[in-house]
Amino acid sequence: MTKTTTQKRYGMVIDIDRCDGCGACMVACSLENNVSVVPPEAGLHRGLTWIRVYSITNEKEYPHSDTAYLPVSCQHCGNETPCVGVCPQSAVDVDPKNGIVSQIPERCMGCRYCMVACPYHARYFNWWDPVWPEGTEHLLNPGVTPRMRGVVEKCNFCHGRHHAAQERAASEGRSEIEPNEYQTACAEACPNGAITFGDLADKDSEVAKLAAGPESFQLLKTLGTGPKVYYLTQRSWVRDMAAKTPLPLDGQSND
Amino acid sequence: MTRRRTTILFFIIGLVVAMLAGWIAVPAALYESIEQPLGFSHVVHTSDDTGMVCDDCHHLTSEGGFAGIPKIAVCEGCHAEAIGTSKDELRLVEEYVKPGREIPWLVYARQPDNAFFPHVRHTRLAKIPCEQCHGDHGKTETLRPLKRNRFTGYSRDIWGHDFSGITTSPPNSMKMSDCVDCHRKRGVRDSCLACHK
Repeated sequence: MTKTTTQKRYGMVIDIDRCDGCGACMVACSLENNVSVVPPEAGLHRGLTWIRVYSITNEKEYPHSDTAYLPVSCQHCGNETPCVGVCPQSAVDVDPKNGIVSQIPERCMGCRYCMVACPYHARYFNWWDPVWPEGTEHLLNPGVTPRMRGVVEKCNFCHGRHHAAQERAASEGRSEIEPNEYQTACAEACPNGAITFGDLADKDSEVAKLAAGPESFQLLKTLGTGPKVYYLTQRSWVRDMAAKTPLPLDGQSND
Repeated sequence: MTRRRTTILFFIIGLVVAMLAGWIAVPAALYESIEQPLGFSHVVHTSDDTGMVCDDCHHLTSEGGFAGIPKIAVCEGCHAEAIGTSKDELRLVEEYVKPGREIPWLVYARQPDNAFFPHVRHTRLAKIPCEQCHGDHGKTETLRPLKRNRFTGYSRDIWGHDFSGITTSPPNSMKMSDCVDCHRKRGVRDSCLACHK
């Protein structure tokens, strides 16, 4: 009865030169994944955004000044995933079949060690009870459980959509899903088509080709965490800055 | 010698009392018993006369989702007019079918919100019969009352009826460990998110 399933490596390629920082990905993500609304006093550091658009500048005077926007979600590190090792609750694991890094809120005890370990600031803590503005409760996605106060949450590549795709495939007698059946909400929402999502293990997929291209790079590659989110840019200063410098946590983020 | 006998006697009495408390009194206090809104016999519906099987009423949707307990429209297919004169039959037609009201059935197998259980993957791909998890529910004459945990609101079917845990024959319970056991036996390698959402 042992089932053999194809090894997948889901990943994402984000074209920075196409991103104009509109934030549609952040909105789509929050709606898809039942991300609750935090009170105004949350400020910069205590908000909830599974994907956050950062702005970086080359710090030069006009006419040489330049700005780039970096949408950053969980990078789904494939190597020595930092958050997995530090979690005392085993609330984080990497799916052996598709490489998606999960976060199980029911197991999380809220110590936030993973948030310290994550070099990408991609993890968010629920400082308040989850609330949704009155009248928007019916917009909640039944395929995703809302998180409670006191736990960490983060991007899981819209795993609710993965579940739905699996269910549809099974109703047609297939145990594997087709590449076009599973897309993340951010990739769908981006008006400039800057985000490409797919299976990196499939050499013919668009995402694998883009990730292998000369313009691609990973955030903080020197750490050796093997992120499965790749970025593209033709601007060398963006590549240099993003590959070496930790993300700005103060004032620079575009929220 | 008598002193020792008395000690043993008291030990046994204490053990029995503790066992009764742990296995009978505590569960009885922990679970409230709620009657179903209407009498229903699965046996009558699945008998040779009707020739119906589980998924005639509990079917899968075209998207692969599980429809669960059928809507009143499904009942109406046969029960537009009362069949027979039993009290429950008349109530079904008068209170639910004619006004088009849904019957507020209580679901024994309702899982917590964070559990993702795709019926279609289990029944169609793995070919697991319904009875493996739900037991011989289709052969019951009456609907037993729902035992609901006073604190969590979950059905006792989830935790299991046998508190001793000695029974190994399915379906004792629908706990996460039962899912995990079966997945391991079948060599399904999974992460948390495979079954949690």
